[in-house]
This record gives sequence, C-alpha cells and structure tokens, in this order.
Amino acid sequence: MRARFRSSGWLGQGVLGVVALVWLFPYLWMGLTSLKPLAEIIASPTALWPKHPTLDAYREVFRSLPLARYFFNTSVMALGIAALQITLALPAGYALAKLRFRGKRWAFGVIVATLLVPAQVRFVPVFSLLAGAGLVNTLTGLILPFGVSALGTFLVRQALLSVPDAQIEAARIDGASELYIVYRLLAPLLRPTLVSLFLFSFVSHWNDYFWPLVLTTDEHARTLPLAIALLREQGTGVRWHLVMAGNVILSLPALAVFAAAQRHLLRAVTVRGFGG
Amino acid sequence: MKPSRPSDPYWMLLPTLLLLFVFFVFPLGMLVEHSLFSWDLLTPARYVGLGNYRSLLRSGELWQTFCTTLSMSTAVVLGSMSAGLGLAVLLDRPGRWAAFVRSAVFSAYVVSWVSVGLLFLWLLDADSGIFASVWRIFAAGRAPQWLADPALAPWAVAGVTIWKITGYALVIFLSGLQDVPQSILEAAQLDGASKARRFASVTWPLLRPTTLFVGTTSLIASFQLFDVVRVMTQGGPVRSTTVFVYAIYEQLFLDLRVGRASAEAVVFFGILLLLTGAQFLLFRDREST
Repeated sequence: MRARFRSSGWLGQGVLGVVALVWLFPYLWMGLTSLKPLAEIIASPTALWPKHPTLDAYREVFRSLPLARYFFNTSVMALGIAALQITLALPAGYALAKLRFRGKRWAFGVIVATLLVPAQVRFVPVFSLLAGAGLVNTLTGLILPFGVSALGTFLVRQALLSVPDAQIEAARIDGASELYIVYRLLAPLLRPTLVSLFLFSFVSHWNDYFWPLVLTTDEHARTLPLAIALLREQGTGVRWHLVMAGNVILSLPALAVFAAAQRHLLRAVTVRGFGG
Repeated sequence: MKPSRPSDPYWMLLPTLLLLFVFFVFPLGMLVEHSLFSWDLLTPARYVGLGNYRSLLRSGELWQTFCTTLSMSTAVVLGSMSAGLGLAVLLDRPGRWAAFVRSAVFSAYVVSWVSVGLLFLWLLDADSGIFASVWRIFAAGRAPQWLADPALAPWAVAGVTIWKITGYALVIFLSGLQDVPQSILEAAQLDGASKARRFASVTWPLLRPTTLFVGTTSLIASFQLFDVVRVMTQGGPVRSTTVFVYAIYEQLFLDLRVGRASAEAVVFFGILLLLTGAQFLLFRDREST
C-alpha cells in the first residue's frame, strides 16, 4: 500500500517535471540562443550549450536600436495609462457607489456597456479620429484612448460599496473635502484592488503590440515590442541570435514584474474574470 | 449618501464619461457611418450604402475569415481548457515544487504575445529550429513546414496560443477546485469511491460553472487574436491564418479601404456581442436553477 502510494507520487512528480520543461524550456532556449554566435547556431542547431558564449548579440542590438528611447516610450505609455486609469476610476467609482444624484443609472449603464467594446473593434475610427487631431505618433495618442478603464471603474465601485457611509460622513464633519476623501481616505482602503489593477494594466500595456502598431509610423514614437518584432524583418536572412537577444530584453521586465508581484497579478486575473 | 454639493458627482464622473464618449461611443457611430462609404483616406469618400457589406459577402471573404477564426478559436479553447483542467487537478496540492510549476505555466500568460510569437518562430524554424532538428533525428525525414504549409499553419499558431493562455485556464480552474467542498469528497471516499470516480461524480459536476466561464471568456478572447498572427504568419500562407482582426487591419493599413474595414469591424462587433449575449444567458439560466 505504502509503496504504491510512493510510486504514484514519483509518477506525479515526473509528470510535473515534464510540464515544467514544456513551459520553461522555450525561455531557456531563447537565453542560450542569444549567447551563441550565428555560425554556431547554423552549424549545430541542436547543441544545447554555446561553445563560445558571447554577448555580441546584445552589443549589436544596443548598437543598432535606440533602445533607451524605446524603453522610455514604453514605460511612459504603460505608466501613464495605469496611473490615469486609477486616478479617474477613484472619483467616478466613488460617485457611483456612494453619492445620490440624477442620471446615476444612466452613467453606470454607459460604463458597463463600454466593457463590450474591445480595442480591436474601435481601432478603425479611433485611428482616423486621432489622425484628424494630429495625435498619430505621439505618446498622448497612445495613452488617451486607454485613459479610462471601464472595468477598473466598475471594480473600484464594487469595492467602495463595502465601505461604511459613517466613515465618509465622519470625515466630512471633520471638514475634509471630497477630493481629500477620495484620494487620501478611500484610496488607501482600496490598496489591494488598486495595486492589482495598476500592475495588470501596466503589464498588459507594456506588452501591447496592436495599438502602437496601428498608431505609430515614426521610429521616435515606437515602443519596445514593436521594435523587437521588427528585428526579425530587417536585413537578409533571420539573425536568430539578435532576435533572441532582443526578445530577452523585451520579456525580462515583464517576467521581473511577474516574479515580484505574482500574487497581485493572479488576483487581477481571477477578479477580472468575474468582472467579465 | 447626499453629495456635499449637488455638482460633485457630475464633475467626478465628467473625465471618465468624456473619454468613454470620445473613444468608445462616438467611434462606434463613426464606424457604422464609415462602413457605408467607399474611402481610401486620400480621395473624397463616396456613399455606397450597403455595398461594402454586399461585396464582403459575395467575395466569400467574410465567410472565409469567419471559418478561419472559428476553427482556430475552437482549437484554442478546447486545447487550453483541457490542458488547464488537467494541470489544475495535477497541481492542486501543497508544496514548493507544485507552486513553482504553477508559476512556470502562468508566466507565459504574462509575457507579451510578441515575445511568445518570436520565440516559437525560432523553435519552429524549418532549417535550424529545434522542432525540425529533433524531427530529423527521430523521424529521419524532412520536417513538415509548420508555418509555410496552409494546412498546418493555423494549427501551429493555435498550438502556440494554447501554450500562452493555458495559464489563464489553470488559474481559474484552480480557484474553482478550491471551492469544491472537501466534506463531499471525503464522504465519497468513505463510501469507497475511487479517485477517478470522485472526480467524475463530484468534482466535475461542481466545476461546471467554472468550465462554462473559462470556455466562454477564452472563446471571446481568442476571437480577438491578432498579435501572434501578425508576428508569426502575417495571415498567411495563402490567407490560412487570416483571422478577423488581422483581416480588418489588412483592409485598413495595407489596402487603404476604410469602408470595407469598417464594415468588417461592424460584423465582427456583432459576432462578439452575440457571443457575450450567449455567455450572459448561460450564466443567468444557471443562477435561476
């Protein structure tokens, strides 16, 4: 009995090992390829370890691309969107959760209805709208269309419903302004929700390829995912060591955020799920 | 609660509603209007009524795009759900090693589509990719052209997508498994039910709402697939991976046909609304029973 239990345990561990390999080997292969000279990649495609490990591919990527510029654009865009979404969601969520006023159902209805409109549907008209306003190839044009997260507003409202009215009334009696109540009293109470929303928004816009592809034609406004994807399309023949070096540079920040804040991202995914 | 000043709720909502109006509501109206015109962004637009819709239907383009999207999405949903459920059952246990493997699978969901697309382009490369090399060793023949063969490319892209989003299904199934009451499982065990029997008669029926939820959300999400297609196949070979969003993108930016792109986007939006409506009905029915 005991032996059988142990052997099935080992079998389970073995299966887990295979699973880990299926999901981790691609990253490992990416890292190893980026350390090989191109000649070695072509001569022995299945050799695991590089015979003459070199950082040349990284040097070449840094030399041929204005990476600092792309890092700057991508960070400003992703941070800008995440910060704007939270800044706007707090007062809107507060008004919807706590205040009585005419047109509330209507406003709430509009916000929930926009949950149904994905970026992939609205990009055609939004592109011509921004082109008309001269915002193509600008960071403003990349940030504004995502400045409001209907889902974020909805989740902030849900979270605020459970804050007792008495707490807000007490602050009002102490002479606190509504802005103070929203940003200094309620925001700290919603910390876990806000952190999850912020991180999830940051990572998904850091990774975003579609919107910057549609909205930038100029290399100055380009973001990192776009630039790295272009690495493959340049020159004659694919220089895989360069592409993989670029890929390491692109995916490391996302993986680092993931390693540091996995719990928050998991929360965001499960909560997001229930928000629709 | 009564607002301190009657105007408070309005200015608090103003920026949110303004941005939603400018970037969601107004564009939808514009989209429908554009779909009735023939316009190439350069010369003046010409009113064609439903001409764009008619030509999309007649050329068979719409139908082809729909079939491609539907078959790839179905493969993605079935694949990622069964992998996610299997892994959830396997990984629903304490210990660092299981936690590590959970993180490994979920990490792919957090990395960008571009990273994943480029990575698998390299792994699937016909000359020196690892898949082709291993194939040559074991099958001793030319490796299939996964991404250059129209019969294989959609499934290769679907496979890559499954690898990327299985982490989502895994996470949702894990939280579903945690909601299965331990007491019922123990009672079944005392009655002598085997492990497989307990899964089939207790866990699986109780997971139904979770399964439904993962299925519908992944279906809606995979209908919007674009990045991985743009990076890996550009809709090819021979349009075999031209899914909806890619077709719309192509009409607009490569062919400069704003009207047709808009008409296709309207149809696409209609399909998404139908899917969302179906999801809503499924869940309402479940709650009322």
